[in-house]
Amino acid sequence: MADRSSLKPRWLWPALAAPGGVWLLCFLVAPMYVVLAILFGTIDPILRRPVPVWNPVDWDPTQFNYVVSHIWGDDGFFGPALVRTGLYVGIASTLCLVIAYPVAYYAARIATKRKGLLLAALIAPFWISYMMRMLAWVNLLQNDGWVNAVITLGGLWDTEVDWLGGRAVTVVLGLTYGYVPYMILPLYAGLDRIPASMLEAGRDLGASRFQTWRRVTWPMSRPAVVAAIILTCLPMLGDYFTSDLLSGNPRTSMVGNLINSAVLTPGQTGQAAAFVVLVLLVSLFPMGLYVRANRDGEETRT
Amino acid sequence: MIARSDFKKAPFLASATILYLLWSLVPVLIAVAFSFNDSRSRTQWAGFSMRWYFGDPLRSVWHDDALQTALLHTFRLGILVTLITVPLGTLLALGLDRWRGRLPAGANFLVLLSFVLPEVLLAVALLFVATTLASTLTTPVQLGTMGQVIGLVTFQLSYPVILVRARLLTIGKHYEEAAVDLGASPMTAIRRVLLPMTAPAIIASAVLVFADVIDNFVLVRYLSGGSSTEPVSVKIYNTARAAPTPALNAVATLVLVASLLAVTLGYFAWRRYARREGDTAQSLSAFTGEA
Repeated sequence: MADRSSLKPRWLWPALAAPGGVWLLCFLVAPMYVVLAILFGTIDPILRRPVPVWNPVDWDPTQFNYVVSHIWGDDGFFGPALVRTGLYVGIASTLCLVIAYPVAYYAARIATKRKGLLLAALIAPFWISYMMRMLAWVNLLQNDGWVNAVITLGGLWDTEVDWLGGRAVTVVLGLTYGYVPYMILPLYAGLDRIPASMLEAGRDLGASRFQTWRRVTWPMSRPAVVAAIILTCLPMLGDYFTSDLLSGNPRTSMVGNLINSAVLTPGQTGQAAAFVVLVLLVSLFPMGLYVRANRDGEETRT
Repeated sequence: MIARSDFKKAPFLASATILYLLWSLVPVLIAVAFSFNDSRSRTQWAGFSMRWYFGDPLRSVWHDDALQTALLHTFRLGILVTLITVPLGTLLALGLDRWRGRLPAGANFLVLLSFVLPEVLLAVALLFVATTLASTLTTPVQLGTMGQVIGLVTFQLSYPVILVRARLLTIGKHYEEAAVDLGASPMTAIRRVLLPMTAPAIIASAVLVFADVIDNFVLVRYLSGGSSTEPVSVKIYNTARAAPTPALNAVATLVLVASLLAVTLGYFAWRRYARREGDTAQSLSAFTGEA
């Protein structure tokens, strides 16, 4: 297939792709370079404003070193937030998977009647603004809110929990609640794609329902699980608002909160850039995995 | 939603699904209900009223300038970004699908990158462009509506590209070849054959982009140029912990209704086109934005 399209002239397809491609170069690639230029640039000593350095030869690693040297050790005041980010994201995405897999499995494999309605309900949280969903929990978790009312059985005894006062549990559960929909959709699509004949073959050959799941469904759904975990973890890595809304306490700060507070503080722009680059470096591996899986899928389809 | 016969087949999985649906939707429904509360409280129910929508002369959505500005700005961004993103992404998808080589492969990589890149990274990068470059270089990325639209288009561009390309793959290239053989010019073949055939994907992506933009928070917050360009999501973030009135629930409910309305309308429009193809089961997941 040397010439995939019969449509001439040759320049037609590049011309169609050009506006979008140029847009991504200008507003995706170039801004990332600006981040690097600011990270390895200097700070105006009087105005406390960042002075970007454009030429990589003149890059000055002072600001990056400052951040990196304050991750571990005695002065490691950035360390706890980074560790916390890893922990929170790890626990929350595990919880997401534990919740989402049975639900996606039910929707894809068991549900027969009124499946469209079920899917619509599963997808609904996707269309509800994240802030609205967090606001809903802020209301419920107030000291006089409904969660405490249920726990104390309507005030039978006095064990009111201050849910919004900087609790890790609240933030992790909030992240789980927030990102579960991102998990369900790819899992559903992956499970739905497995041909029913495979599962029937498993059952016909004498495997129990559980054995069929373990030996056939689970291995075949693994790519979807990986994609779902990636799609859930990556946005969680940059999340600062869940912690802000459900705790607002430095005890539950994540790397997103470090970025957010540095961005808004004069003179700390370089630090914000450093954290951005750190998060980018950490996300590169999962992003690469996802991009490769997608490209391979595309090649086999054509 | 859960049929009795399905429940009997797998009671554990069915119960898990029911519990999940309750857990994911009931809190939001409670928040919606409290937007109709007759008192200031967001925890004690005092009877139904439309007070926080238009009844209250000071703090209702209708009378509070700040909330009204936020609501209008939310919809302004949704419409502007959809109008730019969908044509830009559709053309990019057409180009990338038929053009082979290193350059389109790179562009394709950028599209997927923008799909998975943590949003906060793009937001900070564009904020830097807007704040530190403004003095040295003229850039269209300005804080306010302009910067917000640019950031959102960049972030959303992957949706139309991915959906339209998936559609192009299933169509194949026979139809456009037939059109050219019958004497159509390339532009006519695109306009009369390819665009109508990809219409379901274009509609689906327009709906996705609109609904996603009016819910966006990270980009619009960093790129807002003050309170006049802060949409509803940012208002919620700013005031959720500072003893807001149910008017905040009311304005959030209005955005929620708009979002669900757009999705429902889009779904019916999409179904009218897609029914001819008869592959509803498979393309339902395409409609939900699963790539």
